[in-house]
Amino acid sequence: MTRTPILEAARLVFRRDLTLAWRRWDEVTQPLIFYVVVTTMFPLATTPELSQLRLISGGVVWVAALLSSLLALEALFRADVEDGTTEQWVLSGQPLGYLLLAKVAAHWMLTGLPLVLMSPIVGTALGLPFEAWGTLVVSLLAGTGTLSVLGGIGAALTVGVRRGSVLLSLLVLPLAMPLLIFGARAVTMAIDGDSPAGPLQLLAAIFFLALSLGPLAMSAAIRISVEN
Amino acid sequence: MWTWFHKLGSPPHAYRILGKMAPWFGWPALVLILVATWWGLWKAPTDYQQGDAYRILYIHAPSAWMSMFAYVMMAVAAAIGLIWRIKIAHAASAAGAPIGASFTFLALATGSIWGKPMWGTWWVWDARLTSELLLLFLYLGYMALRASFDDPQRADRASAVLAIVGVINVPIIHYSVQWWTTLHQPASVTKMDRPSIALVMLIPLFLMMAGFQLYYGWAMCRRLRGEILRRERNAGWLKEAN
Amino acid sequence: MASDGALFEARAINAWRGDRHILRDVSFTVHPGEFLKITGPNGVGKTTLLRVICGLLPAETGDMFWKGRNIRGTADEFHIDLAYLGHLNSLKADLTARENLKFLSGLRQSLTAADVDAALDRVGILSRGDLPARSLSAGQKRRLALARLVLADADLWILDEPVTNLDTAGIALVEELIHEHVSAGGLAIAAAHQRLLDDAAILRRLELEP
Repeated sequence: MTRTPILEAARLVFRRDLTLAWRRWDEVTQPLIFYVVVTTMFPLATTPELSQLRLISGGVVWVAALLSSLLALEALFRADVEDGTTEQWVLSGQPLGYLLLAKVAAHWMLTGLPLVLMSPIVGTALGLPFEAWGTLVVSLLAGTGTLSVLGGIGAALTVGVRRGSVLLSLLVLPLAMPLLIFGARAVTMAIDGDSPAGPLQLLAAIFFLALSLGPLAMSAAIRISVEN
Repeated sequence: MWTWFHKLGSPPHAYRILGKMAPWFGWPALVLILVATWWGLWKAPTDYQQGDAYRILYIHAPSAWMSMFAYVMMAVAAAIGLIWRIKIAHAASAAGAPIGASFTFLALATGSIWGKPMWGTWWVWDARLTSELLLLFLYLGYMALRASFDDPQRADRASAVLAIVGVINVPIIHYSVQWWTTLHQPASVTKMDRPSIALVMLIPLFLMMAGFQLYYGWAMCRRLRGEILRRERNAGWLKEAN
Repeated sequence: MASDGALFEARAINAWRGDRHILRDVSFTVHPGEFLKITGPNGVGKTTLLRVICGLLPAETGDMFWKGRNIRGTADEFHIDLAYLGHLNSLKADLTARENLKFLSGLRQSLTAADVDAALDRVGILSRGDLPARSLSAGQKRRLALARLVLADADLWILDEPVTNLDTAGIALVEELIHEHVSAGGLAIAAAHQRLLDDAAILRRLELEP
């Protein structure tokens, strides 16, 4: 039998997670519902006037998307660490970072991507004009992607901790503030008719940075978590 | 030189060396801080723009600088501990966190105190204060992660990963906050920036900075000794010393 | 290789769990064709030692050598030659037995459906192949975990209480698998309370004391 090449191994991890999620799809929809609920809170808390909501729509959509993604990330590694799958990954002889990145990618496809696709609808409910949809989607694609990597690092660090979700948020949200600043600002600029190219490029740069360094941090964190 | 470093890696030696070093940091720190305070409060002239309120800068600016410095030190120590598996580096990282967090809090408090006479509010979202606030969150997260582990070695390594991820993020956070505050005032300078001031007003700033730096050294000696005691409480050398 | 032909060598391994110094200067060698059985009372550190060998737990001091090279710098190559069966079965409850093997063992070796079936048959659960792991009994789950060893194509087997939850037929299966593996030139290290190949010529003991 020949050794599995790394890309094939990563693809197996990706497909495995999609298969598992398919059999428990109700868990996949929860972050999406949370997203809509949280967004609804803002008009209720401020004003029903769309003209006023529009001013903060970029920020609200972004904050809600970040919080919803974070909610889903908390349990990212827990099942695999508890049933011993993760330690087998550590012992597989494959570069651990790639396997973990594949897992994060599957998780993003199941949670981050639906949020991104839902965001124009949610944004419109807050007065976001059609012209800003493109910027909204692109910024959230990079933002939720980066957050998945950051959340993956946080989830790997807190996997054994009781009530780890609060700690996870405390660790990840400060690191995600730059994403929020650039992303929400990009959307607001698009609403105002200015070109959002600057912040979008910065978002993309942060995303690629996370993609290249994130797997290293996740590997280190996972190796610590299997020490039990 | 190398043997000295090597000795530092061994807990009983480190404990002794740190104990000897502490007063060399502590006394000069005290003197410098006292002189800087006197100079800043009395000797330096009143600023024609900001009156006497600017004097809080003498504490605010050095605290902010030290909070950053302490975080970088913490992350460097964590990296050394993680990569070369040197336990005392982890101890140094753990010891430094509350010191850095205290500087951050001091910077926030003095910034807030400065804000009241300047702009009439206790808080303002300017670049430095916002960055300090986010830095405080990073410190608190680090300390919370440490506290959540029962096993001390895992606590060391996990928080080391977090510190390294954090230190990479700090420049990004700084730049993004800077960018965020300039959006509504494109040409303005950070509100808390040093006013253009004469040399005689800068001297207490340098003195205070040096004093804080030495204070950091003293506080690290003390806290690191405490960390070593805590970690080595079952070790033979401690019982012999007592 | 070490001078006496040992493929695996541990030298002066020391390990702590929290504040407890669990492994003190543990040293041993294992040669091809040998089965090293680690015994000792509960809590003495058998699991810790096995996990340290795998690299899941760090050894504070000491070195380990595989095929003459220090494992510290060559962990990935060592892991390619290693198959580990721990306390946990590493199974996903929602995946079928076949899928479990495909998605886990498939990370190490390219597997065909025939390979998977052959492994399931070897451990006696071929008929259960398409059932979700959730609905397997504890013994069947352990057998499924054993199937990973069959598929692993690894020289060194590390087994932690391999016969947990197994009936007499299952214990015999484990003994057969170890015997076959070791006779073909492989090495096996296992921690076990029960009799496990205790009378075989291939067995050597390592007794850990508290």
